[in-house]
Amino acid sequence: MLLVELEPAIDPIVNERAIVLAARLRSQGARGVRDVAPGYCTIGVHFDPLQTDLAALERTIQSEYASLEALDTVEDRAVIEIAVTYGGELGPDLASVAAAAGCSIDDVIARHSERTYRVYMLGFVPGFAYMGRVDPSIEMPRHRVPRERVPAGSVGIAGLQTGVYPVESPGGWQLIGHTTAVMFDPARQQPSLLQAGDLVRFIPVGVSR
Amino acid sequence: MTLGALQVVKPGLLTSVQDLGRYGHQATGVPVAGPMDSFSHRLANQLAGNEANAATLEITLIGPELIVDADTTLAIAGALFEVMCDDRPIAIGESFNVTRGQRLKFGRLVEGSRAYLAVAGGVQTAPLLGSRATHLVSRMGGFEGRALAAGDRVPISSESSPRPVRKATGLTLPSNHRALLRVMAGPQANWFHADALKTIAGVSFRISPQSNRMGYRLQGPPLVRTHDGELISEPLGIGAIQVPTAGEPILLMADRQTAGGYPKIGYVISADLPLAGQLAPGDFIEFHLCTAQEAVAALIARERQLLRYADLLAPAGTEGKQLS
Repeated sequence: MLLVELEPAIDPIVNERAIVLAARLRSQGARGVRDVAPGYCTIGVHFDPLQTDLAALERTIQSEYASLEALDTVEDRAVIEIAVTYGGELGPDLASVAAAAGCSIDDVIARHSERTYRVYMLGFVPGFAYMGRVDPSIEMPRHRVPRERVPAGSVGIAGLQTGVYPVESPGGWQLIGHTTAVMFDPARQQPSLLQAGDLVRFIPVGVSR
Repeated sequence: MTLGALQVVKPGLLTSVQDLGRYGHQATGVPVAGPMDSFSHRLANQLAGNEANAATLEITLIGPELIVDADTTLAIAGALFEVMCDDRPIAIGESFNVTRGQRLKFGRLVEGSRAYLAVAGGVQTAPLLGSRATHLVSRMGGFEGRALAAGDRVPISSESSPRPVRKATGLTLPSNHRALLRVMAGPQANWFHADALKTIAGVSFRISPQSNRMGYRLQGPPLVRTHDGELISEPLGIGAIQVPTAGEPILLMADRQTAGGYPKIGYVISADLPLAGQLAPGDFIEFHLCTAQEAVAALIARERQLLRYADLLAPAGTEGKQLS
């Protein structure tokens, strides 16, 4: 894998450049390139070393990136809404997040749901979107010992990131709610509900106390 | 094409359907999966007369017992198991014909860890996102997204005319519970003490019991980080050696996640990954540093081993042209 590194920052513009550059490389379909995946500020170019002209690929990346340096706005996208029931058995960390933030449970819900988040990248498991930035007043570190089983649909916070677990898996994020949205379905035309660069808002539809 | 089946009597320790992997969806977090030893997977396919991406069964340490519900041609490559087809001993690295109802039984493992069973026309489970590879953690692909279990009927193609028998006996990867793997510096090599890369090159690491198709945890000397920063999660490739803050380095294998936030001191070169695929917990790895040129030369040498047995083998010497 060739790792293309842009500025090391969690920044919407840098991320936008990574996403656009990845899309261009994918659409060019250079010989030997098997997959192109953007990160926050990097791009993984997966290639077959025996089929790929690596020097030519690197030149293409350089010239495409040069043309992107002027890109200083993010594409205006529709906001994808995800309905969330906060708290209860499926949001077991809601109260402790409130306690750590020194605010009420309702404040945590308001602060989590009033922001529009950007999907910076997907990873961990299919359809898991890393979204940011969370209101710093409700920033929470991961659990020191991850839970062995986090149910599908769990909405969590880790640091300044928020995300939804698409399938039941182990996980260390602070779980504050739950959604019935299907984050990943391989049978759909577009299997992942969210793509890098998308904008997301969480809509509170209930609180379990 | 009519369908036959491999009827699973005993599944073995971990037997899963694999093709060359699920590429094209890593941007949405879909892992690649695929064979741990892609070389032996491809060789098995060549012997069975298949294209390289046809799905095989990856067989791990303890092999299965299968009833072949088809008249077909099979081939096994990779780890040296003692295998019987009814009363007939079967050679690893050689294709063989079977008739409907014959029983294929894997016995003692002599060398290596993973064997690949190819069937003429390939295993015919439904492709998912363009691939039949099984990813165990996300329960995607292959046979219901899982390892095979007793009672499963794995669909295969069933052909009336047997294919010619092919031999590549002796073309096995050396293992003997130890592998020398060549590495190149990783993107965060400078996060470690300047001697760290040399350190990993000088010693043996033991593969810990907490190892699986996602990665091998390696027990050995600590790799001292000199840079305390937090890495922003970035895409991962197979063969990366990532180093958690405290703990054992992890060599990322076939079922790796698509992205991660641990610094990567190095990458095992593509040519040597199949050697890693023939190891198991308790086995040892030694790393040797190499250059990009050496990595490409090693991969070409590895490919030539396969080309020697390719069906439509181009005249000797021409395979180099597509490499330039």
